Amino acid sequence: MHKDRKNEDLLSPYRVLDLTDAKGGLCVRILADLGADVIKIERPGGDEARRVGPFYKDIPHPEKSLYWFILNANKRGITLDIETEEGREIFRRLVKDADFVIESFSPGYMENLGLGYEALSKINPRIIMTTISPFGETGPKAHYKVTDLISWASGGAMYCQGDPDRPPLQLSFPQAYLHAGCEAAIGSLIAHYHRELTGEGQRVDVSIQESVIGILMDTQEMWDLQGFNFRRSGHAWTFLRPDGGHIRQAYCFPCKDGWVAFWTLGGTYTTSVKHLQECVRWADEEGMAPEWLKNFDWVHDYRTETLTQQQIDKVEGALINFLMTKTKKELYDEAFKKRMIIAPVSNAKDIWESDQLQARDFWVKVEHPELRETLTYCGPFAKMSETPMRIRCRAPLIGEHNQEIYEKELGFSKGELIMLKEAGII
Amino acid sequence: MERKRALEGIKVIDFSWVVVGPMTINYLADHGATVIKVENHAHPDNSRVIGPYRKGTTPTIDSSGFYVHQNSSKLSVSLDLSKPKGKEIAFKLIKWADVMAESMVPGAMKRLGLDYDSVVKVKPDIIYYSTCMHGQYGPRASSPGYGQLVCALGGIYHLGGWPGRGPAPPEGAYVDYIAPRFGAIAILAALDYRRRTGKGQYIDVSQVETAIYLLAPTIMDYLVNSRVMNPNGNRSPYATPHGSFRCKGDDRWCAIAVSSNEEWKAFCKVIGEPSWTREPKFATLLNRKKNEDELEELVEKWTVNYSPEEVMTLMQAAGVPASVVESNKDLFEDPQLKHRGHFRHFEHPAVGKYTHDSRAFRLPKTPDNQFRAPLMGEHNEYVCKNILGMSDDEISELLAEGVITTEADLPPEWR
Repeated sequence: MHKDRKNEDLLSPYRVLDLTDAKGGLCVRILADLGADVIKIERPGGDEARRVGPFYKDIPHPEKSLYWFILNANKRGITLDIETEEGREIFRRLVKDADFVIESFSPGYMENLGLGYEALSKINPRIIMTTISPFGETGPKAHYKVTDLISWASGGAMYCQGDPDRPPLQLSFPQAYLHAGCEAAIGSLIAHYHRELTGEGQRVDVSIQESVIGILMDTQEMWDLQGFNFRRSGHAWTFLRPDGGHIRQAYCFPCKDGWVAFWTLGGTYTTSVKHLQECVRWADEEGMAPEWLKNFDWVHDYRTETLTQQQIDKVEGALINFLMTKTKKELYDEAFKKRMIIAPVSNAKDIWESDQLQARDFWVKVEHPELRETLTYCGPFAKMSETPMRIRCRAPLIGEHNQEIYEKELGFSKGELIMLKEAGII
Repeated sequence: MERKRALEGIKVIDFSWVVVGPMTINYLADHGATVIKVENHAHPDNSRVIGPYRKGTTPTIDSSGFYVHQNSSKLSVSLDLSKPKGKEIAFKLIKWADVMAESMVPGAMKRLGLDYDSVVKVKPDIIYYSTCMHGQYGPRASSPGYGQLVCALGGIYHLGGWPGRGPAPPEGAYVDYIAPRFGAIAILAALDYRRRTGKGQYIDVSQVETAIYLLAPTIMDYLVNSRVMNPNGNRSPYATPHGSFRCKGDDRWCAIAVSSNEEWKAFCKVIGEPSWTREPKFATLLNRKKNEDELEELVEKWTVNYSPEEVMTLMQAAGVPASVVESNKDLFEDPQLKHRGHFRHFEHPAVGKYTHDSRAFRLPKTPDNQFRAPLMGEHNEYVCKNILGMSDDEISELLAEGVITTEADLPPEWR
């Protein structure tokens, strides 16, 4: 029982009932990684998220979704249909001993089932109920339908991303729901701190839209303080000139076998100036620095305040000519030696091959007895000295822990479980 | 017990600067933790010397919109930590604090004598949070961190763009806003663990690792299926139309996502069921994917006649996911955000009236208490008197000795 686990991990003594889908589901994986006793509640037959790829060896099977594995590692799983009266009754019993209920249903869904915060807090005044929804529980857009793309658009991130001559963009691995998951975890833990000191639980109302807004760096201030409505800028910084015009300075460049991030700021950016000088030195050693570049005064002649786009294009053109003769690895290794500000635009393969991540023991092996294999997972998001986070178990199979929870904890007999199964309640 | 703020009573000393460290601590500050940010006029936080600044004003060390964005709800003291008395004060504040935050290159805090091993001697239960690009150890750990490098190494840049073109990533140092969330989560969990056990601990957050944690399914796809995910514009493997479509107006767009046959039928109805929607090449999802280029052109032929608000409203009424691709101006005018009270309005002595974001969650019983970002060293007197119990004379002495820094210590171009 979770209360017996006390202090092995950061959140060992706490139980989480997980009713999330992709919208903010990361929240619960995070709580699970922190050591909480998480029970994933799926509808009988299995959750829809099991249909989301990629799949193990490209076999589309509910027990082979890699997406499911990752989202639900460190959790136990039961099946339960909370739309039935018996299902709701079982859920209420679980809430009695739970510390968190995390859900991402449409606003009002849980209330309509009689399982809203008011009802649950009567059963357990300590309960924290975190609800993750596209725009929040109330308001003119509360019932809007979304996908990750739609949420990304609603949060201002999409308008600011993309090439100027193409439509606004999302990342091809969608992010909005992940941001909501993080914000939901923070909100839940803040409510938790208060709850542990006072016994008072509460509802945590998370908006996916606002979670996306949270990643905007300075574009709001551009609008608020300058009346400049930022537009997508490719892989370049946009700088406003005092005269109202703007210039673009790139921070990604093509190289021989891909792309690198590469700083190009001059003026008072001292470390960047040194990096540019170092780069020109290197180019010169290889006969690839035009005369005008060799003694270029990055401090005085490459200040954002006075640069013209023409000057920028000339300099960047010369840099590209040189960078195109070098691979990502060559550039990265030299950058490390000479303290240049360069890093490879890394794909999954590059990430796997990173010497830094290997040295950090970032990769974690997790057994999948049902596949007769051990799979490699990404490691935890933080290294904690006293209570290292770990992946204690793989994601649950459908109904894998029904017996443990229903029989051992709630006291149902085997016969009763069969009845509940046949009635579609579990 | 009457507690107005969820994190009332938590004390934080924050040596971090620029984005990741300060944004981490914002989550604590905004919900009632007392946060003292340690600054130094001679070495201003980089975010103070970068804009945006209010149009038509001369930038000052206190008027950066970038700084105020990352530093709501904090107190600021200005100390010279290289002076013995400065370090003494720092240690007094560390003893006072529950949480300490820093974001320097590994080794820098040790050179200042403020690393975890030194701090834990005077404050055994400290929760010490360090964040940097690669984490505290490893062959690359000594590389100075830059947001764009973190994004590149973390796999983000690779995944944004159109096939055959270069990266087109989210604006700004994107991972700079991911890592703080994980930092805040780790600190909050550590606070609970300490409350139960009396034990603090050291938290090491590598910003690159937090990015990869988010992208985990793409990494596993490579490890299991040898497949490298490449960017594909706005397209989805199992939905179409799926992207942003040009609408009426100057650079205005609406995002639409049609994921099921039901939604496709509803979508067709909204656009008036033109004959092309009944052609076999658009009849099934597989066919629509095959003819996606043409499909997208046809959709846009319709959307260009309407404002994005009209498209969104019509689609949503029919149960089709759609949203205005909101610009920053649109966010400020969004009725849903008004309803949420998302934008707070602060009055700041150097910035003037400015708007600040809320966080994405609401705790109705313990609402947040965001307040404006501090001026540099604004709370020197308050902290020295009320927290360190110093007299006026002691404070004057520290000022005279330059232990407490002032505007006179600013770099020449900022005086």
